[in-house]
Amino acid sequence: MSPRRLFAIAFKETLQVWRDPRSLAIALLMPLMQMVLLGYGVSLDIRRVPLCIYDQENSQTSRELVTRFVASGWFVTARTLNDERAVRDAMDHGACIGAVTIPVNFSRRLASTGSAAVQTVFDATDANTTSIAIGYAQGVIALATANFESSWAAAHGIQPQTAGGVDLEPRVWFNEGLDSRNFIIPGVVAVILGLVGAQLSSLTISREWERGTMEQLISTPVTALEVMIGKLVPYFVIGLFDATFCLCATAFWFQVPFRGSLGTLLATTALFTLVVLGIGYLVSVRIRSQLGASQIALMLTMLPIALLSGYTFPIDQMPGPIQAVTLVVYARYYVTILRALFLKGSTIGDLTVPILALVLYAVAIIWIAARAFRKRLG
Amino acid sequence: MFERLYVMLMKEFLELRRDPWAMFRLIVPLLIQVVVFGYAATFTVNHVATAVLDLDHSQASRGLISHFVATGRFDVVDIAATQRQITRDIDTGRAVVAIVIHAGFAQDLNNGRTAPLQVSVDGTNSNTALIALGYVSLIVAQFQTEQMQNAWPVQAGVASPRVAASLQERPWFNEGLDDRWFFIPGVIATLTFMQVVSLTAFAVVREREVGTLEQIMVSPIRPFEFILGKTVPFFLIGLGDVALVTIAGVLWFDIPFVGNPLVMLLGATLFLLAALGLGLMMSTFSRTQQQAFALNFFLVNPFFILSGFAFPIAAMPRALQWFTLINPLRYFLVVIRAVFLKGVGVDVLWPDLGAMALLAAGMLTLSVLRFRKSLD
Repeated sequence: MSPRRLFAIAFKETLQVWRDPRSLAIALLMPLMQMVLLGYGVSLDIRRVPLCIYDQENSQTSRELVTRFVASGWFVTARTLNDERAVRDAMDHGACIGAVTIPVNFSRRLASTGSAAVQTVFDATDANTTSIAIGYAQGVIALATANFESSWAAAHGIQPQTAGGVDLEPRVWFNEGLDSRNFIIPGVVAVILGLVGAQLSSLTISREWERGTMEQLISTPVTALEVMIGKLVPYFVIGLFDATFCLCATAFWFQVPFRGSLGTLLATTALFTLVVLGIGYLVSVRIRSQLGASQIALMLTMLPIALLSGYTFPIDQMPGPIQAVTLVVYARYYVTILRALFLKGSTIGDLTVPILALVLYAVAIIWIAARAFRKRLG
Repeated sequence: MFERLYVMLMKEFLELRRDPWAMFRLIVPLLIQVVVFGYAATFTVNHVATAVLDLDHSQASRGLISHFVATGRFDVVDIAATQRQITRDIDTGRAVVAIVIHAGFAQDLNNGRTAPLQVSVDGTNSNTALIALGYVSLIVAQFQTEQMQNAWPVQAGVASPRVAASLQERPWFNEGLDDRWFFIPGVIATLTFMQVVSLTAFAVVREREVGTLEQIMVSPIRPFEFILGKTVPFFLIGLGDVALVTIAGVLWFDIPFVGNPLVMLLGATLFLLAALGLGLMMSTFSRTQQQAFALNFFLVNPFFILSGFAFPIAAMPRALQWFTLINPLRYFLVVIRAVFLKGVGVDVLWPDLGAMALLAAGMLTLSVLRFRKSLD
């Protein structure tokens, strides 16, 4: 390997990037735009679930119950309905996610028999939102029950607390406010880096083929390894710039707490950028048309990173075979590392497994990519 | 006009057929993706890894733990002996939930005092943590109710003291609360969207870059016919995608399809037209395939994330909610989910269908205009 030839290739590629300002602008500005858009867009926090209320009784007790739903802060009253058909209609139109029906004899039954039921129907199309909303509703009812219980007991002259209660002390670690942004934004960084990296490098070789400059490249004395390193250097610099920006935005703009070591963060980020660029390069070498290369690169990066890296959907909840598939999704390791560094403040010792996996990945990809490029036509 | 269009179409299909990888690239990855992503996309919380530290060793404490296990929501992965071990379990990610029952738990309960129960949750994944905490409080409430009922007859001679307003919840449209029913229609829409937009974004640029655009321009074909000829194949591919993936979803994943296939067809048509418009627009904004590719990469991702596929639009800040209004995927997700699960018709879905029609008309017109300009 000659440093002079390596430098020449790197210089040529840098010039090519530099003289295509549109592509450069996209490579530098798009991550910024994405970070802002996605950073705000990725929230799973479900608050103010719209409810329709069908209060058949309209008594003091039933109104009190409705107030409790709203006062909990989880629900807002979207509509007040007057008949059963309207409930169905409102749900069909998506006017509300849940409908609470308080039966006509609610307070009378509560007073006489001591138990009365409130009916709720939920639009379970979005099962996640719905199960969280049902949880909230159960909480509201549990609180109301405790209240009814003590007033009922008081009215009957009984002391209700005869058995001891359990005082639940929940403690949330690492993400004390259970803010879903703290959980997802580190993953967004991995997604953006994965996209930028693959996008940058996946056309480098196929472009030479399609433009007809490959013959010129082949007739020069450069070796395959020099081509690879030389072509990837400028993109590596761009990738690191994007990464630095995204990580700074995560920590300073979105205020995700950073509790780990900066050195580990930088080292693993460089490693991940290397893997991503290597994969793009490999695709580029194997597929000679730019369209094909881009399609494969898109297919290999976007949805796998979005769905299989654990950045939104927890890996441990997937079926076994799919969990096995996630082992080859390199972003999975970076997402784990980012989350651990940001929220948990883990040390290198805790992160041995994902870091080793990334190293292994980098070595394997670079080795395959270096061998895949042949200076041969046809 | 039809003759010229026909020739153009023939050329496009020939190009597709002569590329031995094209059909493979179009179909096989799509099917694999439906299956993999169909299984991967889930927010269900089951078998949460749980560490237990029982310092009480009483009947009550064991009873409480068995309440946790019996739900199937929690799997005890570690029975710790010390508080340090519990901390270590959560630090290393071995357990997500840790339950600590202090000594004197049963005694407190029997003496009518409140017994503290410490539950720690790894909040890194806020969604899992939130749902798991919900289960925890439900289980504790059940346990408490049982304790009270057991204790009651000894204390007083009256019948059961429960005054309860109970909640009878009925999840409509998805009785099992299976979130695969929610995500698979979404996966169908997303995959189709990505494929159609990326194919179209390259269509014109490629002719330009390879140099065949000039040949086409000297032929008698008009810009409008050229664009039509370029987009019709992609439209057909898109419709094929929707059909293929829908069948895969219904047969493989047993997702109910309660709606009218014609409504779905109407929705898919409008959606594909909007997606084609978007792709063409990208095409007119780029001079090289690399630019088209970069644009595609960077626009498709926000469209995907800000569509309501996984992150509820209602949870986004107002400004982003406005942005989602120009996202065809957002409307098609509403339509496809409604057709699959709710079975509602045009009378309910017209706002979404109308929005897609508007988007399609707007983007197609804009791109034809821009295209004409870029030829001069």
